[in-house]
Amino acid sequence: MRDSIVRLEKAAKAFATPEGQTVTALDAIDLDVRRNEFLTLLGPSGCGKTTLLQAISGFVELDSGRILIDGEDMTERPPYRRPVNTVFQNYALFPHMTVGENTGYALEVAGVAKPERTKRVAEALAMIGLQGLESRKPRQLSGGQQQRVALARAIIARPKLLLLDEPLSALDKNLRQAMQIELKTLQNELGISFIFVTHDQQEALTMSDRVAVLSGGRIQQLDTPRAIYDQPKNSFVATFVGASNLFEGKAGSGQLVTEDGIAISHGRPGATGAATALIRPEQFFLAEAGSDAPSLDIDLEQIVFVGSTFELFGRTATGRRVIAEIPATRRNLVGEVEQSRHARLAYDPAAVHLIPAEAA
Amino acid sequence: MSSIAFRRRAQLAVLLGPVSLFLAVFFLGPLSIMIVTSFLAPGLYGGVEWSWYPHNYGRILGFADPMFEDFDPVYIAIFLRSLRIAALTVVATLLVCYPAAFCISRLSERWKNFCLFLITLPFFASLIVRLFVWVLILRPTGLANDVLLNTGLVTQPLDLIYTEGAIILGMVYVFIPFMFMPVYASVEKLDWTLVRASLDLGAGPVRTFLRIILPLTAPGIAGGAVIVFIPALGNFIVPTILGGAKVMMLGNLIEQQFLAARNWPFGSALAMMVMSVMLVLLFVYVVVSGRRGLDAATGR
Repeated sequence: MRDSIVRLEKAAKAFATPEGQTVTALDAIDLDVRRNEFLTLLGPSGCGKTTLLQAISGFVELDSGRILIDGEDMTERPPYRRPVNTVFQNYALFPHMTVGENTGYALEVAGVAKPERTKRVAEALAMIGLQGLESRKPRQLSGGQQQRVALARAIIARPKLLLLDEPLSALDKNLRQAMQIELKTLQNELGISFIFVTHDQQEALTMSDRVAVLSGGRIQQLDTPRAIYDQPKNSFVATFVGASNLFEGKAGSGQLVTEDGIAISHGRPGATGAATALIRPEQFFLAEAGSDAPSLDIDLEQIVFVGSTFELFGRTATGRRVIAEIPATRRNLVGEVEQSRHARLAYDPAAVHLIPAEAA
Repeated sequence: MSSIAFRRRAQLAVLLGPVSLFLAVFFLGPLSIMIVTSFLAPGLYGGVEWSWYPHNYGRILGFADPMFEDFDPVYIAIFLRSLRIAALTVVATLLVCYPAAFCISRLSERWKNFCLFLITLPFFASLIVRLFVWVLILRPTGLANDVLLNTGLVTQPLDLIYTEGAIILGMVYVFIPFMFMPVYASVEKLDWTLVRASLDLGAGPVRTFLRIILPLTAPGIAGGAVIVFIPALGNFIVPTILGGAKVMMLGNLIEQQFLAARNWPFGSALAMMVMSVMLVLLFVYVVVSGRRGLDAATGR
């Protein structure tokens, strides 16, 4: 496939634990990463995302399967002969070298002459907003600056692919959000594919062209952020990405009925059989008196104010937990609910997503 | 002085008092006596005569007392030989310990501790006894020659013992733990993600070793080199047992001057010379590592 920069074919890897069991980190994974794509590997710890990344960079040897980078078989190649660079989680800057030496390391190794190297180091540092800091040592920089140096060091040799292993996890929230935008911009400017590993679903949705949700060494779903969020293929994806209210039951005639007798209207008249209905918390709204929108009645347990929204935690009459997010602009209605400890949560049936039972 | 500052000082005095006193009495005292003695004339029947006599140093450096002897460069030769043997000991112990430290640092916690215990195990037996075992191995009718003769590799027993090689072998044997500990400490601390980063950026194993691993473990190597080189330079037990009368080192020479020749001033002068060589080397080490330490602090 000409469009593919990285291709994994039935990539499999299992590890032996000290207790003598084997853990499947990669379960015959097939994956195509497109040229100039920002792909995020998202999953809980132990889902295999880091193993997948290390298989691409060459630090993990596959038990079976193949890895192709730009059409070339890389399965047997050592890390230092792959056109791939990595931004490590703890930055892994060389403490005995200056920022300039760190940044230019890949060029030095490749035998680029000193004047050319100095020029390109200056360019790379300017690109990430650290111009003029060449002679500093890494330990003199803040965490955010070290992060940028690690980034500059990884892109300076123009790899075909940049791997990022949870690079933002050590930064504070504001800096992390700023870096998310910057990374996305940088990727557009450079025109190389990024594979970004994270366990933070917000991060995954913000930056990616496509997200691969991993669990148990398998790709559960590979799709655009919107599709992952709006149309999760199974309940793992639904619960891992974003908050969710799930109702398992039997679908039919525009309604899904759960075992405890709750009826959820949905926009798919043709759907039948066992299925799970997903309603995101923000799809609920507080029904005004006399509204005929389908709704759920809950007994309020708690209201949490998070700034732009109120989060309502409650239970149905049958004890099922429900979360709703109400915009802060509706504070009058929320005030009423707080008084009565009871809420009628309305929703638009078209916004309800049905997950077929076999996938869930 | 505020009472807090006063209490701090009092605490320091209490903590440092005993060790300062001990060093003053048992280190500075004898050292001063030795410095004074090294400039006195030897007595005819041992002891010293209280007169200014710089020729103790002259005998070593080239201005011997013309009344008794011509200058003989034999002492300089012994100096150079000792320096060479000590340097080779450092190199050889490093060659043994550096790879071993990498292997052991990657073992599980239990095996690590066991290996470290094995390294310190020789200290539990007397040094003299352990060195005499080497005599049994290296002598013409010893184990090494038995093996060589029986396998037909040689037809005549080799002269293994009483050679410089035997001394270096013995020295390496004695000083391996001293080299291992500081080297291991720095290897153990090595951050392997840096090695990965280097490989990831395209540097092969050799370059990664030279640019990343070696510089980051250099403090341990330097520390090990110093604490092996200094005692190796003055060691007299190993050359006495494995060098015999053939290969003399500084330690033997000094020992002889004090115990056999009863020329204390000359022995003191020799000891002072050894000490000044060591001080110069230590000074270089402190300056170099100090600058690096300063670098680390200021990032220059």
